[in-house]
Amino acid sequence: MATRAELVVSMARAAGILAGFAVFGALLVAVTWESTAERIAANEREHLLRSLADVLPAGAYDNAVHEDYITVSHRQLLGTDSPVTVFRARQRNRPVALVLTPTAPGGYSGPIRLMVGILPDGRISGVRVVAHRETPGLGDRIEIERDDWILGFNGRGLGDPPRDEWAVRRDGGEFDQFTGATITARAVVSAVRDTLIYFEANRDALFAAPAGAVGLGAPAPGANDKRGNDKP
Amino acid sequence: MSGRALEVLKTGLWNNNAGLVQLLGLCPLLAVSTSLVNGLGLGIATTLVLVASNLTVSVIRDFVRPEIRIPVFVLVIASFVTAVELAMNAWFHDLFRVLGIFIPLIVTNCAIIGRAEAFASREPPGLAALDGLAMGVGFTAVLVTLGAARELVGQGTLFAGAHMMFGEGARALELKFMDGGFLLAVLPPGAFLGLALLVAAKNLVDAGRERRQAAQPARAADAAAEPA
Repeated sequence: MATRAELVVSMARAAGILAGFAVFGALLVAVTWESTAERIAANEREHLLRSLADVLPAGAYDNAVHEDYITVSHRQLLGTDSPVTVFRARQRNRPVALVLTPTAPGGYSGPIRLMVGILPDGRISGVRVVAHRETPGLGDRIEIERDDWILGFNGRGLGDPPRDEWAVRRDGGEFDQFTGATITARAVVSAVRDTLIYFEANRDALFAAPAGAVGLGAPAPGANDKRGNDKP
Repeated sequence: MSGRALEVLKTGLWNNNAGLVQLLGLCPLLAVSTSLVNGLGLGIATTLVLVASNLTVSVIRDFVRPEIRIPVFVLVIASFVTAVELAMNAWFHDLFRVLGIFIPLIVTNCAIIGRAEAFASREPPGLAALDGLAMGVGFTAVLVTLGAARELVGQGTLFAGAHMMFGEGARALELKFMDGGFLLAVLPPGAFLGLALLVAAKNLVDAGRERRQAAQPARAADAAAEPA
């Protein structure tokens, strides 16, 4: 039978080996991280810039949009409890457009994350779906890669169509739905409309807030009664 | 030695294929195989991790004591997966966005710790690395086949999204056979059905080969044993 001392030695050795491998693993990860961090940050930035350019009027702004942002939150109109980033595009310091990143909570299989570009006069310069889990082949036609449907929002605003017709055709509105995925289209249309309502109520504050500001979000008038129409 | 290597290759690629026979790593296998390119991407990442972890485990097999073997394996595998994840994020960013959470999930792919434990911890480094390669390629082949089948039946395309992996020039690779398709194939049930069909096909091939082999030496006995 092993004596107490032998047991302690053997345990210490095992612990030492384990610690050695922990150090090896940490080193490997650290070295990889060190050599990729810059590239990854560049990738993320490029991806963000590309997405922003998709929903902004081309060539109409000259600031670094991805650095000029604020965070706001408004659960009813922006669809999520988490902070929502708002990017500001400017040309010689005059506001050109805003890009909001709301969430459409009513997706068929979970929330749909959007990017909505809005011009100062309240018209939409572009909408894109950032992330979703809708049914492949049905609901995924909200993606620009699969269908032009999302372009149907371009140039629209709260007066065009009138507020009551900001809905899919099945609900008596202006916007097409997809066969078999009405819920998806309905979720996106309501989310875009709510974003416009939010924009209408906060337009000047959104542009005026200093970059990096957090927590703007006065409740918009009529937010609550509008919400009631969302559920069929 | 070379006979042994051949056997290892055959085991990994066919006889004991991780996806079709051991049925390990089903979570990523079923979830990611919605298209050929996705399958290929995850397959390559898994293969890299398998080779690296098998090699390391084999090199250290003599001085890692049995009591702490498993925690050491977990550490090694987790480190390699994180390294692969970072590398993919840096060099294949778009594909990384698509495969998303499945890269870290390679850690939980039982095929990896299974091979470390069952093979690499007992064999010399060369063979262990070869085993990792064979297992990885076998797994990749299943992922690619299943992905291609589901993509073709469900969406009517092949190589959709190839540009995420091979750059913009690869857009030309995308083939379109029909508009839309049989949606079920892309949904989760399609993954199970597809895998089941693949397993059945493999068993069919094996059974056919066995029958031929048995038939050669004792044709008469075989014929008698089989009821018409």
